[in-house]
Amino acid sequence: MKLTKLAAIAVATVTAATPVLAELVFPSLSYRTGAYAAGGIPFADGYADYFTMLNERDGGIGGEMTRVIECETGFATDKGVECYESTKGEGALVYQPLSTGITYQLIPKAAADGIPVHSMGYGRTSAANGNVFSHTFNYPANYWNGASLAVNHLLDINDGDISGKSVALIYHNSAYGKEPIRTLEELAEKHGFTLKTLAVDHPGQEQKSQWLQIRRERPDYVLMWGWGVMNQVAIQEAANIKFPMENFIGVWWSGAEIDVLPAGDAADGYKAITFHNVGSDYPIYDDIQKYVIDTGKAAGSGNQLGTVIYNRGLYAAMLATEAVRTAQEIHGVSNITAAMMRDGMEALVITEDKMAAAGMPNFGPSFEVSCENHGGPGTGAVAQWDATAKTWSLISDFGPSDMDIIQPLIDADSAAYAAENNIEPQCD
Amino acid sequence: MSANFFYTIEVIANGLMTGVMYSLVALGFVLIFKASGVFNYAQGVMALFAAMTLVGIQTGQVPFAHLINVIFGTHLDKFGWEVPTFIAILIALAVMIGFAFLVERYILKHLVNQDPIILFMATIGLAYFMEGFGDLMWGSEIKKLDVGLPQGGNVWLENATAGWAEGFYGFYIDNLDMWATAIAIVLVAGLIVFSNYTKTGRALRAVADDNQAALSVGISLRKIWVIVWSLAGLVALVAGIMWGAKSGVQFSLSLIALKALPVLMLGGFTSIPGAIVGGMIIGVGEKLFEFTVGPYIGGATENWFAYVLALIFLVFRPQGLFGEKIIERV
Repeated sequence: MKLTKLAAIAVATVTAATPVLAELVFPSLSYRTGAYAAGGIPFADGYADYFTMLNERDGGIGGEMTRVIECETGFATDKGVECYESTKGEGALVYQPLSTGITYQLIPKAAADGIPVHSMGYGRTSAANGNVFSHTFNYPANYWNGASLAVNHLLDINDGDISGKSVALIYHNSAYGKEPIRTLEELAEKHGFTLKTLAVDHPGQEQKSQWLQIRRERPDYVLMWGWGVMNQVAIQEAANIKFPMENFIGVWWSGAEIDVLPAGDAADGYKAITFHNVGSDYPIYDDIQKYVIDTGKAAGSGNQLGTVIYNRGLYAAMLATEAVRTAQEIHGVSNITAAMMRDGMEALVITEDKMAAAGMPNFGPSFEVSCENHGGPGTGAVAQWDATAKTWSLISDFGPSDMDIIQPLIDADSAAYAAENNIEPQCD
Repeated sequence: MSANFFYTIEVIANGLMTGVMYSLVALGFVLIFKASGVFNYAQGVMALFAAMTLVGIQTGQVPFAHLINVIFGTHLDKFGWEVPTFIAILIALAVMIGFAFLVERYILKHLVNQDPIILFMATIGLAYFMEGFGDLMWGSEIKKLDVGLPQGGNVWLENATAGWAEGFYGFYIDNLDMWATAIAIVLVAGLIVFSNYTKTGRALRAVADDNQAALSVGISLRKIWVIVWSLAGLVALVAGIMWGAKSGVQFSLSLIALKALPVLMLGGFTSIPGAIVGGMIIGVGEKLFEFTVGPYIGGATENWFAYVLALIFLVFRPQGLFGEKIIERV
């Protein structure tokens, strides 16, 4: 027998004899390049750093080490789908697409492959209906909750009456930006305010026309559904026309440090809706520092700690971790599969005790996911930017959104999706 | 006169100013195309790189800090000093000139006498290289750019014209746009003087007209390319400052090149005044269209309408408004 053949047999024998190391795999469809990288980097860092901390501190989750596979999407839908296809065979447990466009593409694919998708605060809003969207979850809040929470804030600061007020929505001219329009139209009818919509094309570097229109029409409030450079330019333009910042409210994707810092002091008082708390005053940061930053194992340069979007990445990872624990408990195995992960997500119960145990007390709401409700509680709060201190602070408690308006919209949209795709209700 | 009349004037004035901002980007394309027949795909990224370099120098950022930290386990970030704006601009300009030398030395020199499409492809490669290199050198986070230029509506103009009609709140013109216009005028005047009244400028024009003939009378093509790319670097720096002051310095700055394309189609690829006039026509056209028609068709018309406008001009003047008409005889 030739030497090469012998070597090949030896390698094959060794490979077959080596036990496959069990790992819990979390693909991260990140974007560290391109027009939206400034938002993609902190989320990817937070998501990866949390799992690194678990590996270093606890030896993984339930005795199983975790592995994050990063795949660069550049925020492009086609690349996102490529990333999904190239990583799903690695034993992926759950996908965080971090893009509404990618989420829309992954919903049918992931359902067919039996892998859950978690689009936290983005994606297809009606995926909150678990009866139709068996493998998609968007807890703890979605865009329509965000729209309602913004209107609730307007009600709060107007003693519950906003009839006759005018509200402008400036939005990214994409599937993401258009999501809240229907909800806001319903809310406008319910509360008697007028709604004006202003679209901004990608990437949003030039918005002079929209802000001249706002200056001419003088709406009482401006809401924003922006992302990337659109946010920074909008806040600067609002400052330029002297629009009162306290009357300018962005959704959670328009409410990070990167959105307000370029405008400097002019951004002071700008508000944003959020579904989780802000800042770095949580015990988890001691562990992140000790086990991740100080050991040189951070996913990025370590300069994003405590920022809004880094926190969101941590939160997403923490919720995924709790779902893994739930799945391990349900199925009695530590090395779970994607199907078990889905079960864990559907049976997820987040309590304040669990949040505190994870080192994130009062960071997010307590909630339960069920077969019917994949959207969570839909609660949120309002954060305000202090340009002097360069910090976000919550100026309201976490409150509910108007499910009387939102639930019928979710039911109608998900029913249409079910009819189009011949989906039978899964919770009967 | 009605408020709507004055608002229309306001839209036109803002369109003119925005158009000048587009022209600042278009100028860089024109300079390189005029001298070498190369459509420089990297012009937008050059604006981004120039602005990143300026902010990095201004704020005393350590270049390649992240890379150094990863390799050596250090925690470098800032030098601990800040450089005055004017000096930082000069250093950034020096970096752009150094970049022009490198482009000539390592790319253009090896592509002499190649088809323009090959050179175009080379600039695509250059653009993507610079994107990554810029991120590696200065980081990809959004940076605030402050060179001391005033921003916001001009209060004097607003107060002086407020109340001219019922419901008219006074003219709104952004101070930054006014500065951009003034700087563009100085820049264009300087380029025209340089091009027409200096020996190097005349050599540049000779190369543009016929590079073989220029070579035969002893003009160094390589030297001209360095000069032209340096000038394009200067224009990129100015464009980067103006656009960066509006949105912060971030990747999207490189996408402003997309706004320069219709300007070039309209003004011609070889005319410096054409870039300015083309920019103003595009700026006014897209703003007026958005103001008058936009509300009826859902808005967000500016990106595509600029190209429609440029296409209409192309049909009637394929060489652009100020481009040279090329007639090739058999």
